[in-house]
Amino acid sequence: MSGTMNGKTLAILHGRLLDAETDRTADIYIENGCIAAVGASPRGFRADETIDAKGMIVCPGLIDLCARLREPGYEYKATIRGETRAAALSGITTLCIPPDTNPVIDEPAVVDLIQKRAQADDAAAVAVLGALTTRLEGAQLSEMATLKAAGCCGVSNALRPVTNNRVWYRALEYAATHELTLHVVPLDPALSANGVAHAGAVATRLGLPGIPVSAETVAIAQILALIEETGARVHFGRISSAAGAALIASAKERQLPVSADVALHQLLLNDTAIDGFDSQAHVIPPLRAERDRKALVAAVKSGAIDAICSDHQPHNLDAKQNPFPTTEAGISGLDTLLGLAWELAQREQIPQQRLIGALTDAPGRILKLQSGRIAQGLRADLCILSTDQAWTVEAQTLRSGGKNTPFTGMRLNARAVYTVIAGKLLHCNAD
Amino acid sequence: MTTPGYGGLRAKAPNPQLNAQGKLQHLLDMEGLSHSQINEILDATASFIDINDQAVKKVGDLKGKTVANLFFEASTRTRTTFELAAKRLSADVLNINVGTSSTTKGESLLDMIKNLEAMQCDMFIVRHGDSGAAHFLAQHAAPHVSVVNAGDGQHAHPTQALLDMFTIRKHKEDFGKLTVAIVGDILHSRVARSDIHALNSLRTGEIRVVAPRSLMPPDVETLGVKPFYAMDQGIRGADVIIMLRLQKERMQGAFLPSEREYFRLYGLTQSRLQLARKDAIVMHPGPANRGVEIESQVADGPQSVILEQVTIGIAVRMAVLSTVMKNRQARS
Repeated sequence: MSGTMNGKTLAILHGRLLDAETDRTADIYIENGCIAAVGASPRGFRADETIDAKGMIVCPGLIDLCARLREPGYEYKATIRGETRAAALSGITTLCIPPDTNPVIDEPAVVDLIQKRAQADDAAAVAVLGALTTRLEGAQLSEMATLKAAGCCGVSNALRPVTNNRVWYRALEYAATHELTLHVVPLDPALSANGVAHAGAVATRLGLPGIPVSAETVAIAQILALIEETGARVHFGRISSAAGAALIASAKERQLPVSADVALHQLLLNDTAIDGFDSQAHVIPPLRAERDRKALVAAVKSGAIDAICSDHQPHNLDAKQNPFPTTEAGISGLDTLLGLAWELAQREQIPQQRLIGALTDAPGRILKLQSGRIAQGLRADLCILSTDQAWTVEAQTLRSGGKNTPFTGMRLNARAVYTVIAGKLLHCNAD
Repeated sequence: MTTPGYGGLRAKAPNPQLNAQGKLQHLLDMEGLSHSQINEILDATASFIDINDQAVKKVGDLKGKTVANLFFEASTRTRTTFELAAKRLSADVLNINVGTSSTTKGESLLDMIKNLEAMQCDMFIVRHGDSGAAHFLAQHAAPHVSVVNAGDGQHAHPTQALLDMFTIRKHKEDFGKLTVAIVGDILHSRVARSDIHALNSLRTGEIRVVAPRSLMPPDVETLGVKPFYAMDQGIRGADVIIMLRLQKERMQGAFLPSEREYFRLYGLTQSRLQLARKDAIVMHPGPANRGVEIESQVADGPQSVILEQVTIGIAVRMAVLSTVMKNRQARS
């Protein structure tokens, strides 16, 4: 984890503290990069800086379970420095990155390189997922224990296929041995091959190759069967369908060691967003039908889906400038994560505490981090946001290197005003 | 409780093929074209058919205009009919078979059309293997350039649909009383999609699609059609039968076991044709796979209008090019 301890002391006064467990007005005192006290000032505390957070919400810094930073390998899209800084200025204090960089993260040297580039006290920390298989080829297991020792917080094969179930089985056993959580994006490779949209009415009308819901459910069911025997801890990322969410919910009822997240755009958009061949809404897994979107919202409310992530995929301009099927999938989501999530909660009546929990506490637990809540002794990663200064999403003003968003023109109410990273105060809108 | 406009969270984009006056400035898709817009083109087609019967088959509608035929997919028939149509309208025609040229050198589609625009082309006729390619070009083309879709992926083939509608209109009275059966690989067919939109706009009585489930797109009913999985029921009582071409590669994709079984179940034979109405017409966008989707006796028989479709194809394309260009000039 990056972010050096900050020597300055900080007091955040009169804010509304909102995390998965509390919702009350109180002061926060920060010292040595940690929360020294909540409520009454510690004896002899002298604040070097004081923030009057009256009328604002103070929540834990957002923890994003899936963001591509594109470095190493795709620096023409984005860089570690640019994206971690953009994240920090949007209230995100930790980014978890999948291993599909180039070279892939299957060697400690790559982990070191990323951690070194991410070492800055004014940017989001980076949590690294190591490759599950060497070169992500789905055949040979990576040196997971070595990767863990180098700082990886879990392993994943990202969106690359593992077609051999024997490899899956062994990978689960081996990851469980080393207490590594396996992060899986459930998508059956054969059922999703060549697909660019949800197999439904919109894809049928546009003549786009579809990805059926079964591409997700088959993959989930298969891994669940292996979890039953191996006891491995698995995090299912980017759930996209009602049926997928139902499988996760029933696995949790059976007490299987599983968790799940959903990309924020899946909660806001359905497959009609690709109408007119809008490549900005081209994502994998695809945007699905309205009934899927509603079921995903319900699963977030009930907790069946633990966390909401940005699934941030910054792209260069050319990546989206082609006929729809040949454009690259993904949305640049760091800048809009907080604002859109707040908008979602308003529109769908998701309790604010649950929403913040899905963006902080839940992903923190999945990554086993010592943050994600506001409590004495925890690392001082915080987001101070206003909810009454509306702003408009404009592609060109996104701080991320990727300007690819389908949300251009949307008015959003929530916005980070300050971010605190390990006790260091950042002014988000100083420019 | 659906929130209005929630799917896109944005206002629905206007139909890109219409200009501010609601006139056709590109032809990309049959979807969104009204009854009267379609009939306008079909009426123009009728006048061009007369010209094609004259000794001098040339008019000046596109005189001084440059039309680029951009074919990213191999096609002889469609390219030739577009070329003939443009030439009979007195346009200068540039044929570019992109499959064999620039994009293999790493030139992007966008660079390529910008270069052609710099050479003062007025119209692009595009065939491309990716659905949405014509929309993409129309979005990025300079304001003075029209795009005509000659087939994009599995999405649309609007000039084929227009010539199919003209053929039906010529042989049948009232679309409202017709039963039209489209038979074959609906899943992969841009012809089927465009025909369905056109037939719906013309308020056709009943539109049927006939295919095994493996060649039927998901939620096909939402297109406004009635699916049939057995051929006999599908064509029973039909006034018009549109047979689709079966691509050989469907066997590899595990869509079908064999051509033989396909022909046995969905091939249009003389005896099957008896199930349709006595005066039913048989259509095919060509080129037909004889013995796979259609028997030679039927393809060459008295109810077949397949060759007539080819002749009409030139006039329809003349009508389209002329209409689109006229709307451009009216605007400027």
